[in-house]
Amino acid sequence: MNPEKVVFGFFIVLALTLNFGFFVGEIDNPDHHHVYELFAVVVVNLIATVLKFGDRSQMGAVLLATSLVANLQLLAASIVWVVAVHGGGDGLTPTVTASIVSLSGGALLANVISVVLLIIETVMLRR
Amino acid sequence: MDNIVFLFLRRMRQPLLTLIAVYTVAILGLILIPGEDPQGNTWYMSIFHAFYFVSFMSTTIGFGEIPYAFTDTQRLWVTVSLYTAVVAWIYALGTILSLVQDKTFQRALAERSFARRISRLREPFYLICGYGETGQTLVRALTDRGQHAVVIDRSEQRTNLIQLQNLRDHVPALSADARKPLHLQEAGLPHPACSAVVAVTDDNETNLKIAITSKLLHPDIKVICRADSRDVEANLASFGTDHIVDPFDTFSMYLGTAFHTPCLYLLQRWLGGEENTQLEDPVYPPREGLWVICGYGRFGKAMTSRLTKEGLQVKVIEARPDITGEPPEGWVKGVGTEAETLLEAGLDRAVGIVAGTDDDTDNLSIVMTARDVAPDVFVVVRQNHSENQAIIDAVNADMVMHPSVIIADRIRVMLATPMLHQFSFLAMHQDDSWACELISRISALVNTKVPALEELLIDRELSEAICEAEKAGEQVKLGEVLRDPWFRDRSLPAIVLLVERDGEYLLLPEEDTDLFIGDRLLVVGAKRVFSRLQWNLCHGAALEYVRTGQVQSQAWFWRKLKRSSGDRDDGSDTAGDKE
Repeated sequence: MNPEKVVFGFFIVLALTLNFGFFVGEIDNPDHHHVYELFAVVVVNLIATVLKFGDRSQMGAVLLATSLVANLQLLAASIVWVVAVHGGGDGLTPTVTASIVSLSGGALLANVISVVLLIIETVMLRR
Repeated sequence: MDNIVFLFLRRMRQPLLTLIAVYTVAILGLILIPGEDPQGNTWYMSIFHAFYFVSFMSTTIGFGEIPYAFTDTQRLWVTVSLYTAVVAWIYALGTILSLVQDKTFQRALAERSFARRISRLREPFYLICGYGETGQTLVRALTDRGQHAVVIDRSEQRTNLIQLQNLRDHVPALSADARKPLHLQEAGLPHPACSAVVAVTDDNETNLKIAITSKLLHPDIKVICRADSRDVEANLASFGTDHIVDPFDTFSMYLGTAFHTPCLYLLQRWLGGEENTQLEDPVYPPREGLWVICGYGRFGKAMTSRLTKEGLQVKVIEARPDITGEPPEGWVKGVGTEAETLLEAGLDRAVGIVAGTDDDTDNLSIVMTARDVAPDVFVVVRQNHSENQAIIDAVNADMVMHPSVIIADRIRVMLATPMLHQFSFLAMHQDDSWACELISRISALVNTKVPALEELLIDRELSEAICEAEKAGEQVKLGEVLRDPWFRDRSLPAIVLLVERDGEYLLLPEEDTDLFIGDRLLVVGAKRVFSRLQWNLCHGAALEYVRTGQVQSQAWFWRKLKRSSGDRDDGSDTAGDKE
């Protein structure tokens, strides 16, 4: 067992699960989507991205790409939240909540691809 | 190419993770610790505010406590996270800085910029592996002739020399091990403009590896290789190395030529010499009697077998026969620097001596001792290092064997003037009187300096005048273009040594030889001749003048005018213009 692989898999899966946790619930209900959860998703995704740095294989490149996509989506969601809450917006109205959650939904998809790739790689390894 | 990005990312992984962790913990603490607003109400910091605060706190910019003044608990937390975050940043920046200064990283950067420069080359270039004495002489000679070279050498000191040597052309250099195929590829081996690979490192194995790599990765390429031993030569020849240069064999071949055809030897030396150096004097090595050879190394062996083949008597002096192998019958033990040893070998009745050890000081000592014993003896001395040039010159030996120079000269001839190579080959089949006559003709052209030698291609682009003449149905003769375009009664001080036409060679063509498009000429002459020769070849009026003595009108209007008045005026007035 390679401890590096354990940490790697842990963070990638955690990114997916946290993302899913934030995503589930009524899409426009602010009570179903807590901002702390979004914070955790962003942090774990950043860590997952950095862990994927410096892998030369084709698989590594695609993994890195999916992580970058997820980060981009989450960054957009965070900015929407900041603008709505602190930037003179009307707070978390159903419209704003829906757009934040749907952006995180995109990130969720990217994270799903990431995990699928991880599984494929593990299956192909056969060791 | 991507090495650098990956190296960078991989090294930055740890510091970036640390930064993310420190930021997260600091932000978490800030949003969880309750604060107090001016009215005394409890409030919790928003994630956005916490991120903003940590961002300027950790970089020590410090805009103050927002949105309200902190409580003491918050300040305690900020103090802890401030120090942690600053250390994390220093760690990250330090890693970047050390990465930039890292040798591996810098080498990766240098290799990348080198490979990019090579891939942009459009003109033919030669890949020179090894930048020792031979490589340096060769690169200088090639760049002086306007040809391009790329250098690869293991030692960084040597490749750095290129920047100091003031070469005419920019020579890209890579300090890397040429035995690795990757480095040869980076240096442009698979590049379509790479026209030859020259392996002149001081190591036989390396040369062998370079040659075989080149032949495998770019089979059409010309490979020229230096080799010092028979085994390596045979090995190199087995996979089709184009030219194998052995300095010792080459010199013994020169000596053989000097024995039988001194003029031909001199001719080769003159034509193959470096431009603008002093012309050599003829040498006449004695062909009968005893030769003493000091040192039975690679050079000594080559000389012994050559002299024995010539039917001369040979005595060898060798200090360490256990290393070099047993010399032939009747050898003497010793270095040869003492008169006793030399006398024991019979120097008092010898006609020639070869100072052929691998130590320049020993060689010089041998020569000086030998001159004391027998002042008239013919001296061949081996020079091992270029820096000893002055003292080797001072001893004024009859022949000097300097391996680096011999190899560089031969390779230079092969690359820069392949026709001269062909010429030397054809000249071998002529007798000595033919060469003597040519020698006297060449010495009449130039005084004491080595003449310039150039290959000229008569093609449609550069020899427009010849094309026009051909179109007009006129046949240009060789003797005609060799006249001075300023004063046609004077012929240019140049000799056409060889004409190549459709793969056939014409040695020393006569003046009335016809000139065709596609001919390739090998011309020897004074340097200034070539620009005038080019005038004759490309300028219609100049060619017309040297052929007929008449000056053709250039512009369309004057030609019209002349044609209409052609009956009254036969053009004799224009000939006066030229004077």
